[in-house]
Amino acid sequence: MLSFKIAARFLKSSLGQTILIIIGIGVGVSVQVFIGSLITGLQKSLVDKTIGSSSQVTVATAEDGGYIANYDEYIAYIDSIDNFQSVAKIVETGSVLLYDAKSKSILVRGMDFTGSESIYDFAGKLTAGRLPAADNEVLIGKTTFEDLGFLLGDTFVVYMPPTTGGGTAVERTDVTIVGVFDFKVTAINDAWVITTIPTVRTILNVGDVVTAIETQVTDVFASDVSALQLATLINDDAIAVVDWKSLNEELLSGLNGQSASSIMIQVFVTLSVILGIASVLAITVLQKSKQIGILKAMGIKDGQASLIFLFEGMILGVFGALVGVGLGLGLAVSFTTFALNADGSPVVPLFIDPGFIALSALIAFSSASLASLIPAKRSTRISIIEVIKNG
Amino acid sequence: MADNVIELRGVEKVYGTAIKTKVLFDIQLAFEKESFNSIIGQSGSGKSTLLNIIGTLDRPSAGTVLVNGVDTSKLSRNKLAELRNRTIGFIFQFHYLLPEFTAFENVLMPVRIAGRPITPAVRARAEELMDLVGLTKVKDNLAMNMSGGQQQRTAIARALMNQPEIILADEPTGNLDSDTTEQVYDLLREINRKFKTTFIIITHDRRIAEKADRIVEIKDGRVNLDIRK
Repeated sequence: MLSFKIAARFLKSSLGQTILIIIGIGVGVSVQVFIGSLITGLQKSLVDKTIGSSSQVTVATAEDGGYIANYDEYIAYIDSIDNFQSVAKIVETGSVLLYDAKSKSILVRGMDFTGSESIYDFAGKLTAGRLPAADNEVLIGKTTFEDLGFLLGDTFVVYMPPTTGGGTAVERTDVTIVGVFDFKVTAINDAWVITTIPTVRTILNVGDVVTAIETQVTDVFASDVSALQLATLINDDAIAVVDWKSLNEELLSGLNGQSASSIMIQVFVTLSVILGIASVLAITVLQKSKQIGILKAMGIKDGQASLIFLFEGMILGVFGALVGVGLGLGLAVSFTTFALNADGSPVVPLFIDPGFIALSALIAFSSASLASLIPAKRSTRISIIEVIKNG
Repeated sequence: MADNVIELRGVEKVYGTAIKTKVLFDIQLAFEKESFNSIIGQSGSGKSTLLNIIGTLDRPSAGTVLVNGVDTSKLSRNKLAELRNRTIGFIFQFHYLLPEFTAFENVLMPVRIAGRPITPAVRARAEELMDLVGLTKVKDNLAMNMSGGQQQRTAIARALMNQPEIILADEPTGNLDSDTTEQVYDLLREINRKFKTTFIIITHDRRIAEKADRIVEIKDGRVNLDIRK
């Protein structure tokens, strides 16, 4: 292809200028790649820290203290919706812990450890002991464990005041501490007492019911859609389906703000890359107008002459994108390698998404090609006569 | 008529839109096949404009230019480009090579523009032309790394590459010393004899003009003299 060959030769003959343009595009792309990875990484880590270890869509009775008897039906609905990835039954109740003349309010949560484990990762959060295996075995939070001076194997009383649980609950139940967890959230470490489902059912003196169904979803930002789907399937006013988004509006607006600012940065970087390439290529047309004039005298067609500049833009775009991706990844890697917290985790959590990087490279390539349309169009206006007259 | 390769009928040229300057007045000229013609005239006489119009680089304001009997005013820009590529070779005063390419690549350029492949036969022809103009040794030099005479001879080889019927030359030796000038003219004459190429050469050098078969003098935009030998 003649136009491509000429384009390549033009670029090669003024190598210094070409390298400068490529670096210019590269810096633009690298900023895009880096900022993009940074913002995505920050969001992911924030979302993960906030809702990664909790229920993202919860099915419970609309009024506090109710029970769900037909939970199997609801679990079947949940399984039928793609976005849900884990489901766990919960039976929980507020209660009071009595130990050695001390008391404190607690939340006793009966969990089905197969389902809940994938939501809460208790095994990973255990600081001592093991998970409850039999009834009346409990895990307690680090804070409670330390505050009350417990030892593993100690027993305390779960006290249900006669006014709670509809008055039918078992007033005093002895439970044994088999493990200690640390959620790194004081409220949870202070209040949660985790045990098996049958233990809580016995305490509450209820049959085969749950108080809630907890779930996690694959796409956390689509949790509201999934929640709505589920609510439609359940179709019962007495049942509430609540997703994390409706409970974390501030976080969500923060995340949205981050996304918007990230997109803004990327748009302006792209814009400046386009303007840069367009202006440099416009100058190239002037620089090469003599050559274009000669080529036209020799019979090159306007279309072919335009293609020369289009190809110049494309070549610059390809190399610029490559340099940019390299630079951006280099920056990202050095940030995650050298900027570390005391515990060895990176200060800036980056998320390197090949799709996003490919997109950035594609944007650079397309914008370089797009920018070259202006000089390409200009080249058709070059008059042979002007070139010959002006020597 | 049939052996006129170029024919100008009532060609006029006006420059400018606000202030109009007429540089060519009702030019009637025909050039025969295989002839070697020179156009002379003072600066500003309109001879370069005339040559550009003949070469379809510029369009006349009035009148028509026929190349091999084809009215060029009826051709599109792309058709004109094709016509130039196939039929006309240009040699300009300032050699106008592509500085980014080597001498040899410059010579091959008209073939590439025509969209034809660079076959061994094409290469052989280019080599032969380089040899003819005495540039075999410097053929792989970049155009900008050659002397003025070498560049001008490269431009001649390039003009010949597509075996055009017509070669238009505007002061082809304008910036060459007198020895080189002689050499270049002898070369052009030789090509004229060897390839039966029609030459129309602008020159201000009467000595050179006299070597041509025909001398056309342009004065104030009109044909002042037309001498055939």
